[in-house]
Amino acid sequence: MEPQHGDRPHSPGPSVYPIGFAAGVACILVGLIINPKLIAPIGAAIAIVFGFLWARDATKEFRGAPVHPVQPERGGPPPSTDAAAVPADQGEAAMPEPEPGERFPRSKFLEFSTLGLGGVIGGLVTVPALGFMVIPAYRKQGYPMVDLGPLTNFTEGKWFVTKFFMHPETGDVSHRTAYIRNNGFLNGKPSLTIISNRCAHLGCPVQPNGPVQDNQAKEIKGKNGQEITMIPTIPAGGYGCPCHGGQYDSEGNRVSGPPVRALDRYDFEVVDGRLVLGKPYSVAHVDGEGKNARIHKYKLTGPGEHVDGWEQIFYPLQPPH
Amino acid sequence: MAVTTRTRKSARRRQLEAAINYPIDWLEERSGLIGGLRYFLFRKVPGDTNWFHTLGSATLTAFLVQALTGVILAMYYQPDATVNPATGTSAAYGSIQHITNDLTLGWLVRGMHKWGASVFIILLFFHMARVFLFGAYKYPRELNWIIGVILLVFGMLEGFTGYLLPWDQTAYWATVVGINLNGTAPILGPFLADFLRGGAEIGGDTLSRFYSLHMLLLPGAIFALIGLHLYLVIRLGVTSPPWSREAAGTDWNEKPSENGRSGLTQPSGRSAWRRNGGDA
Repeated sequence: MEPQHGDRPHSPGPSVYPIGFAAGVACILVGLIINPKLIAPIGAAIAIVFGFLWARDATKEFRGAPVHPVQPERGGPPPSTDAAAVPADQGEAAMPEPEPGERFPRSKFLEFSTLGLGGVIGGLVTVPALGFMVIPAYRKQGYPMVDLGPLTNFTEGKWFVTKFFMHPETGDVSHRTAYIRNNGFLNGKPSLTIISNRCAHLGCPVQPNGPVQDNQAKEIKGKNGQEITMIPTIPAGGYGCPCHGGQYDSEGNRVSGPPVRALDRYDFEVVDGRLVLGKPYSVAHVDGEGKNARIHKYKLTGPGEHVDGWEQIFYPLQPPH
Repeated sequence: MAVTTRTRKSARRRQLEAAINYPIDWLEERSGLIGGLRYFLFRKVPGDTNWFHTLGSATLTAFLVQALTGVILAMYYQPDATVNPATGTSAAYGSIQHITNDLTLGWLVRGMHKWGASVFIILLFFHMARVFLFGAYKYPRELNWIIGVILLVFGMLEGFTGYLLPWDQTAYWATVVGINLNGTAPILGPFLADFLRGGAEIGGDTLSRFYSLHMLLLPGAIFALIGLHLYLVIRLGVTSPPWSREAAGTDWNEKPSENGRSGLTQPSGRSAWRRNGGDA
């Protein structure tokens, strides 16, 4: 009978040569520690001799030397040529057939429990991993209070391009720019217009449409030692975005182009005569200007998201910031 | 004399062949891989396939170039936004400069990866156009078109995530705009934007997140989908071009096939292979 595929007698049969070769290699390794001059060469000699014998033995078949095939070791009596082998689908089943009328046989139970247990194990592994991937992105991070130096630096009625760092340790990534104008006092309290340069279209940095007096730039130190740059500017034509051409007036109201609302602004406090920047917020539009401006103020949302009008139904929820 | 020489030579030749065949047979007996490879390489395709049918393999080759160069770039690139106080630049940008300017052949491998990305996307579109214009997306190959579209999306996402990695001004602002664009999607947009940024603002977490997506998650998914894509190509066979006379059954130069059908109108390459007697 021709042996079945994958159940062919192996030739040559098992031999002691690989074991001798392994013993030789082990002898080399031990010898390298104990006695590199004597034991290691002995191990090498053993390994070479047995390696050669092993190679000679293994290549017997196609060198044409006589081969003595060895029958595979299998349980049971040697196959008899008299009795025909029973095909797998006709022999006795490994598991007894379910009794007629049995509604939940053992085979079904095992099937469901394997799938169920597999599902539970899979869930235990993947759910925490996926949660770790997604949830940390929605942590409430908050905004640091950024000290921008003495309020007297901000001359009343003048605009300043003010550059600062949200998180100085992270470098340029946290570089932020605000356009700040001191409006004097309103009801005895200082009034400032602080416009974020983040375009309300897709977040590019808007630029003043007017001269930026770089030669009058002033470097000042914040309270925590961070560097702040103040450059006087005259945004007579408002602000423009270099990316897709959005245009705003000097109060940050949208004039033309793709932006969906006015420029964002920053809350502020004046502490001991120093200007401290607070949380940014979004603005639908501003009526009036300067200290008398009426700001239609909303919770901070991403660029391109409507805060008023019927389109606001598209953005009912905001992640916690 | 000549006869004996030839016999001796042919005996040696037989021995040599046996030595070559032995490992091949060894592998085939234990895995069936050789037979599978033979089936893949010597399968029947319509006689009038042309150069346009090679665009898929070209796209695959471009992807493999990206995979290879990407793996090697990952040995030098550092997805780290931390600013080195000595140089004033971030570790990520510094490592890109190092690869491009200092390391032997770094400029070449980075260039291959950068320009190869465009080649990959362009070839994807050419391949897609070929399939569309040849009508090769029709029954029974609709599923392969769908897999191809997912591959296209994943390829574009590879471009988007890879663009941030140099961590320079271009990378930063392109990603600002790209993420805010996603943020304007209705309802879930703001949450999608936060997921991509790994928070409210772009920072170091965004960089390592994009790096992980770019080199682990997306390529893994693309490899798996390419496997599925190729499996379906082999299972369903290749289509003839629309102008194929052979497929239309009007090619008087060729002996018509037994059932008078081939190419577009036959259900699958494999069943045609069976109908023709199954001999490869």
